[in-house]
Amino acid sequence: MNRVVTGLVGAVVEAWAELRVNKLRVLLSLVGVAVAVAAITATTGVGALAEQAQREQSERYGGRPATFVLSVSSTGAAPLDADRARDAFDSAAARHGITWTSVHTYAQRSVQFVDGVLEVPTEVVDVPFAEMHRLRVTEGSWFGDRDASRLAPALVVNQGFWDRLGRPDLATHPTVTVEGADAVTAVVVGVTAPTGWEEPPTAFMLPLDRDLASPTAVAGGYGDEQPQFEMWVPTDDADALGELVRAEMASELGDDVDVQASRQDYAAGVEGDPFLPVKLAIGGVGVLVLLLGGLGLVNIALVTVRQRIREIGVRRSFGATAPRVFFSVMLESVAGTVVAGLAGVAVAILVVQNPSVQGFVAQGQLEDVPPFPVGAAVLGLGSATVIGAVAGLLPALVAVRVKVIDAIRY
Amino acid sequence: MALVTLEGVTKTVPLVDGGQLTILRGVDLSVEAGEHLSVVGRSGSGKSTLLNLLGLLDSPTSGVHTFDGADVATLRAGRRDRLRGEQVGFIFQQFNLLQGRTALENVVTPLLQATGSRFWHRKRLAAEMLERVGLGHRVDSMPHRLSGGEQQRVAIARALVREPRLILADEPTGALDVETGSTVMTLLDDVATQHGAALVTITHDPAVAALASRHHLLDAGVLSAAVPSSTRVARTDAPDGPSELTAVGPLLEGGAA
Repeated sequence: MNRVVTGLVGAVVEAWAELRVNKLRVLLSLVGVAVAVAAITATTGVGALAEQAQREQSERYGGRPATFVLSVSSTGAAPLDADRARDAFDSAAARHGITWTSVHTYAQRSVQFVDGVLEVPTEVVDVPFAEMHRLRVTEGSWFGDRDASRLAPALVVNQGFWDRLGRPDLATHPTVTVEGADAVTAVVVGVTAPTGWEEPPTAFMLPLDRDLASPTAVAGGYGDEQPQFEMWVPTDDADALGELVRAEMASELGDDVDVQASRQDYAAGVEGDPFLPVKLAIGGVGVLVLLLGGLGLVNIALVTVRQRIREIGVRRSFGATAPRVFFSVMLESVAGTVVAGLAGVAVAILVVQNPSVQGFVAQGQLEDVPPFPVGAAVLGLGSATVIGAVAGLLPALVAVRVKVIDAIRY
Repeated sequence: MALVTLEGVTKTVPLVDGGQLTILRGVDLSVEAGEHLSVVGRSGSGKSTLLNLLGLLDSPTSGVHTFDGADVATLRAGRRDRLRGEQVGFIFQQFNLLQGRTALENVVTPLLQATGSRFWHRKRLAAEMLERVGLGHRVDSMPHRLSGGEQQRVAIARALVREPRLILADEPTGALDVETGSTVMTLLDDVATQHGAALVTITHDPAVAALASRHHLLDAGVLSAAVPSSTRVARTDAPDGPSELTAVGPLLEGGAA
């Protein structure tokens, strides 16, 4: 035991001394490894950012996992009773403790701008919809409970709509006229974050106002607007829960109403990790970079060990065993690459956590900036250690094969 | 019991043309604990090979080699390495100090292979040993900042720091001027005596050889007892003196390597 401990400590001391004595050589040989580790760690970290941005983008359209869409339509002669459908959905959701729910319907509404009337795609949603779809509001605010009691309907519009209005200050409660059978003045209360460079005007409104000024609306019903109900449920047993809610709604609404349930979030129907291809591509590039760094290290380590033959011979003459020499040379390589790995990871963290880099990678689509992935740091350090061990193997073998007698006279 | 014995030891090495080169022929040698012994011989006579065998760096082709009573041929490589580290100290002609390391770090080197308190107190032990060879004020000096004599004294401290029972010196004064060589050799002789270590010196310097208590001549791989030239006058009265001196004298006076 004593021999093992002193052997281990002795090898570490020898390795450290060697690194200290040959600072410049070590530094030069490890620059490549540090850069490679920084590259592999940074690409993994940036990949995580890009993945999060892509995930959030997907969630804006399809909702967060698991988001179910329940489509309700009338199969009989009578139009669908909107209130009945809503009640059936609400009661089924409440029975299962589902709180994140929203109605979701689409319709074109005529909006009067200063330069004319424009058909604006409008979505009727509930308050939780923004959270369910990661909608960010950059001006004003999203709908709140008080908006339901407004005398003038509230609108949350996109950047295109707001631009069209002349980007007024929302504190001034800007209004627009929504044309139709009963023209109505609506108040713009919020502006959503931009999703692209050029956005045609769109708007959100609450269900209370769904039939206002809609050319296709039928009083008391949804008319041509097919009502959809969304619910955000835990991913575990999501399919079973979705089917349960669908069945309960169908049972309550009767035979003349068809209820369909489907998942629409990005994770639906995907086996395993949906971002695996992206991760593999990034990882492949990183490994290639690391291998190139490792090759340079092996090259320098081999030359170095040949320059150290006499020193190795002297150590052997003073009792260093072959395994000890092997371990010591390996340790030098590993200790060096671990230090280089730490430096590389530090650089990668500084790069990935830089707001400018994050903004560039996510293109403004990032709501929840992920912390620097621990996995990337572990991967970087692990890669550095492995490359140190592999790069140290050849020189260590050369060192062990040195003939002590020849080495002393080298 | 003898510390090291060689009985009928032969060493041959293969040649490129498939033949064999015999370096040592039937060497018989016994080194007692604490005795000082010198070996002289021409270049290529097999002196270094003999030293390598004694220091467990090489194995004989035939014959018996024992170290502290154990047959070296039966020892495994690791055990032999450890035995060498614990019991043998080497002093080289070219000092072989590790560059880029201070005198203290050089003397610490053998202690890194030690165990127990010697390992954990290696710096103190190394500093004490440097003090004993008169280099207490140069512990932090790099080898290239030391004179030849000082470098060899560091090498002596390094060889002795684990208190080996056998010190093997290969032309220890070969790279030093006469005066410095004499000083260093006297120091080595004294320190080895203080430690009770056996000292085997390979040299072609009669003055260095004269410090030993027993002398051997190695000629074409054959080892024989000899008398150094510096003791010729004093030993002419010895019954077998003249025959030995006839053989050794020319070697010691200029022909040895």
